[in-house]
Amino acid sequence: MSELASESMAQHEQRSGVLQNARDPMLALECSGLVHRFGDTVAVDHLDLRIQAGEVFGLLGPNGAGKTTTIRVLNTLLPVQEGSVRVFGLDVRRRATDVRRQLGYVPQQLSIEAALTGRQNVMWFARLFDVPRAERRARVDEALAAMDLLAVADRRAGTYSGGMIRRLELAQALVNHPALLVLDEPTVGLDPIARAGVWERVRQMRADYGMTVLLTTHYMDEADELCDVVALMHRGRLQVVGSPAALRADIGPDATLDDVFRRYAGTKLVATEEQGGLRDVRRSRTTARKLG
Amino acid sequence: MSVAVARPRANWAEPVRMLASRTVTLSLVELQKLRSDYTELITRMAQPVLWLLVFGQIFNRIRAIPTGNLSYLAYLTPGILAQSALFVAIFLGIQIIWDRDAGILTKVMVTPTPRAAIVLAKAFAAGVRGLAPVVVLVPVALLLGVAITINPLKLLGAAVALMLGAGFFACLSMAIAGVAQTRDRLMGIGQLMTMPLFFASNALYPIDIMPGWLRVISQVNPLTYLVNALRGLLVGAEANLWVDFGVLVGAAVVGIVGAASLLGKLVR
Repeated sequence: MSELASESMAQHEQRSGVLQNARDPMLALECSGLVHRFGDTVAVDHLDLRIQAGEVFGLLGPNGAGKTTTIRVLNTLLPVQEGSVRVFGLDVRRRATDVRRQLGYVPQQLSIEAALTGRQNVMWFARLFDVPRAERRARVDEALAAMDLLAVADRRAGTYSGGMIRRLELAQALVNHPALLVLDEPTVGLDPIARAGVWERVRQMRADYGMTVLLTTHYMDEADELCDVVALMHRGRLQVVGSPAALRADIGPDATLDDVFRRYAGTKLVATEEQGGLRDVRRSRTTARKLG
Repeated sequence: MSVAVARPRANWAEPVRMLASRTVTLSLVELQKLRSDYTELITRMAQPVLWLLVFGQIFNRIRAIPTGNLSYLAYLTPGILAQSALFVAIFLGIQIIWDRDAGILTKVMVTPTPRAAIVLAKAFAAGVRGLAPVVVLVPVALLLGVAITINPLKLLGAAVALMLGAGFFACLSMAIAGVAQTRDRLMGIGQLMTMPLFFASNALYPIDIMPGWLRVISQVNPLTYLVNALRGLLVGAEANLWVDFGVLVGAAVVGIVGAASLLGKLVR
């Protein structure tokens, strides 16, 4: 890792209070020495990551960098093979169900039940998260209203546009009032207006509920716009962590996050097939097909 | 927002409550999906009727299969109901692969939902689909002169047997999905399994006329016990319902545990 990267990580660690107790409840996420392998391929390589409660944290990196694998470990879809992961102090390995109660998750793919109405889609998740029966209807309406979907709530979700589907997914995640909202490429395949709509809602959700947000994205403008802190991964390793402004300033006065990305991820295409690159392409195609 | 602190450890009843609650929720979603499009249920009703009207009528005339006191149509009707449940359920794993590919399975698995609840809800959906042919087949069989019981308790028992049988085959299909991973592979394996399961059972002919080796396979085939239970309940054939239901419940439990333990492979 470069000297600059080390400095940036050190700054971030200081700001994040890394020296606090490992079970500090103010830490939304703490990964220590996380390693994840698929066969001989190391997808995540000794990752140390700390996210403060309440911040919007962007995980950036090229295809195959290990972002999605990291997210799938912390949201309990993949086992912790080596190292440790804690979500609000809860050990993901031992307290998977309790960790899931804290999460709202929006995957990269547009994934709703097209045969159900928007309201039924959100109600379903309210039940899965044990939202009390007396509050359920109000909470579903609240989530739909927050995503501007109340007027179309009783329409079949299969008739929604791509942007509306993404907002419906945010409503599904919001109905639980999650402490940690995980967004995997939340605006991939969306047009600029729909993207701006998603950004606005994420900001609003954070302002209203104070939740921590972890998002992965390939769009540097999105990371710049939304994130308090960004971390750049490459080949399974953390390259640099810091606020977008600090990282840009480290490169030069007119630098953008794209420049930061290029500096740490390089400008050459990497052979990502082994690390899920083909899967990424398939997912993007699926998303694009759904959007028409 | 919710306070992000560790909840107290659940007591022994909490996992049971969670399993029941999530199974009901996910089953409701399956019913909502079915209600939004009746086409599937209607098409599933047609094939069993054709079996009874064409195959059943012809073999009833041939009188080549020894069925004791029962007419061949009466013997065949429960067999066709069981066959329908098998055909519906054995490809249900495709649905779970589709849910995986659509990202829905992943999203549900990130909620506090036991994997067994996901499997149980799909098994329930297979059971409902397996019951659909009853609505048409029973009246058609009555019109053809088959003396099917109208005792509501026996009909309820037959419905439970069908749900259990369809549930088991759905779980088997989901377990295979966990290993096969793709729809194409599952289609191939499903087709490979359907014929032996069907023909190595007593759905079309009695076990007594089978060669010894096939008789052994037939006796470990849950479809045989489903057919036995349906024959005993619907057309008054001799049956040991305790054994039949015992095997069906046991097979369903093994199927649920097996499918739930392999479900995680689908999202890795």
